[in-house]
Amino acid sequence: MKFVAVIRQVPDGESRLRIQGDRVDLSGATLILDQMDEYGVEEALRLKEKHGGEAIVVGFGPERTEEAIRTALAMGMDRGIHVVHEGYADPVTVAEALAPVLKEESPTLILTGGQQADWDSQALGGALAEALGVPVVPWTTALQLEGETAKAKHDLDEGAEWVRVRLPAVFTTQQGLNEPRYPTLPGIMKAKKKEIKRVAFQGTSRVEILQESIQEKARLQKILEGKDPVAAAEELVRLLHDEAKVI
Amino acid sequence: MILVVLDHDGSKLRKASLEALTRARKLAEAFGDGVAGVLLAEGQAPVEEARAHVETLYVAELGPYTAEKWAAGILEAAKAGAKAIVAPSSRQSRAYLGRVAYALKAGLLEDTLESWAEGGEVYATRYAYLNRVTQKVKSAPPVVLTVKPNTTPLAEPRGQAGQVVPLSIPPVPTVEVLERVQEEKKGVSLTEADVVVTGGRGMGSAEAFKQVEELAALLGGAVGATRAVVDAGWRPYGEQVGQTGKTVQPSLYIALGVSGAVQHLAGMNKSKYIVAVNKDPEAPIFKHADYGIVGDVHQVLPALIQAVKKLKD
Ligand SMILES: Cc1cc2nc3c(=O)[nH]c(=O)nc-3n(C[C@H](O)[C@H](O)[C@H](O)COP(=O)(O)OP(=O)(O)OC[C@H]3O[C@@H](n4cnc5c(N)ncnc54)[C@H](O)[C@@H]3O)c2cc1C
Repeated sequence: MKFVAVIRQVPDGESRLRIQGDRVDLSGATLILDQMDEYGVEEALRLKEKHGGEAIVVGFGPERTEEAIRTALAMGMDRGIHVVHEGYADPVTVAEALAPVLKEESPTLILTGGQQADWDSQALGGALAEALGVPVVPWTTALQLEGETAKAKHDLDEGAEWVRVRLPAVFTTQQGLNEPRYPTLPGIMKAKKKEIKRVAFQGTSRVEILQESIQEKARLQKILEGKDPVAAAEELVRLLHDEAKVI
Repeated sequence: MILVVLDHDGSKLRKASLEALTRARKLAEAFGDGVAGVLLAEGQAPVEEARAHVETLYVAELGPYTAEKWAAGILEAAKAGAKAIVAPSSRQSRAYLGRVAYALKAGLLEDTLESWAEGGEVYATRYAYLNRVTQKVKSAPPVVLTVKPNTTPLAEPRGQAGQVVPLSIPPVPTVEVLERVQEEKKGVSLTEADVVVTGGRGMGSAEAFKQVEELAALLGGAVGATRAVVDAGWRPYGEQVGQTGKTVQPSLYIALGVSGAVQHLAGMNKSKYIVAVNKDPEAPIFKHADYGIVGDVHQVLPALIQAVKKLKD
């Protein structure tokens, strides 16, 4: 069996973003393995631990993405593949870049993050599934292998459902699927020696980003002391009514 | 042709579909094209309501929703030559539209705030980086575009009912739905609400949410929850606000006992006014708040309910 986690490297949500010449400049930001993708790595590791086989991490992105691939290897993934591409690419283009690599590996199943923390896209799982001609289970919160099929629970807009799906299939992650482990020191040492195959990708994104801007709305920050809860509540309601005019 | 995916609740079109129709008409005008709709039904679909908005309405009865069936239905309707497919953005639509976009090798513009056509290309604005950045993007047709809820005026009927065309869709390999856990929907829908009252782990228990519900009802709003609350089983996932929950943008967002983690902020940081109640004056949420009270939510919330009642009298 072969379990693949597709990952990307993104800025940490807490890091400051800067704009340089109309585009987000990440040079000062802390870059991490996307936390949503981390759930995919963890799930691939757990599946391998339970059912045997191989767990492979496939990363898409610029040179620096190798750091995120190493993090996944340090968590325990067996080997990595890095599809190297500089700059932005829309989910269809990313899926095009990854499809030949994934087809060659012909994995039992593929996991990827439910949403990207940089481009805020939720479509990669669906696009990958279409590229491979297999079903997709988005926003997975539970996953069990049962022979040639998998049983999974996943979130819908309202509610959730259990589905059965013939493998291979693509699963996108959701918070709650698991608790990702931390890389251990021996894990980090071992990761240095694990193989990362590099694949160049030359395709161009269909969607072009023309401009990016940060508009952190300036907030009023009128914070009241609540020692007297009744007085504070009345003052707050007055402000919302008279000043903000929202109630 | 510009194709609109008409999402419905089994009896009427969702508000988000009427927003998508407005966007589609704008693109259709720019391209000198007509608007067609696709109505994928599970059970009773609002055919009459839908055909009042479009020139052609493609209809298919597909049984329970799966991303594969919905994608197949849309692709079948798009065969007539869609320059753009416009749909409401929802968690479900993003899964099937990822498939559709790949199949058509289309430019996918997700969760757009505004969209327009210029020089034969489609432009849009959208948020990125966990809602912290606004992007202006463009793509040449074909384009698949999703509309963020509450960004667009609702379309009015055309005054002339469109032609209904049944679609036949070949069976597709898909998931088998074993069991659906439908959440009970109460009151105003979260993404459409103009007031959202969210409780965090600081609420302390599921019971304490009765008062969150009471305040939300008084303000004509909806209840939201943080992930911590959903994981604790206090509230259903459908109420989760944040990166992996829903994105809301009401006029008033009230966060009670919420710390203000980035993943939560991602779902609500574009609200017009943010109010926070937290006993910790250092809680990050206060940096993102317009108004706030430093205090125990168990004392402040009942007082807030009383104060709002007093105002209403
Ligand atoms: C990939 C990923 C995705 C995520 N997606 C989401 C998401 O979509 N939505 C989401 O919400 N989170 C999400 N999270 C989780 C997020 O990081 C936080 O853990 C979560 O938002 C915390 O919820 P909370 O504020 O209710 O709880 P806590 O962080 O525990 O905060 C509770 C707050 O209540 C205050 N408090 C306690 N008692 C009282 C009292 N009596 N009166 C007043 N105040 C009190 C405390 O001071 C504290 O500030 C995600 C995390 C990851 C890694």
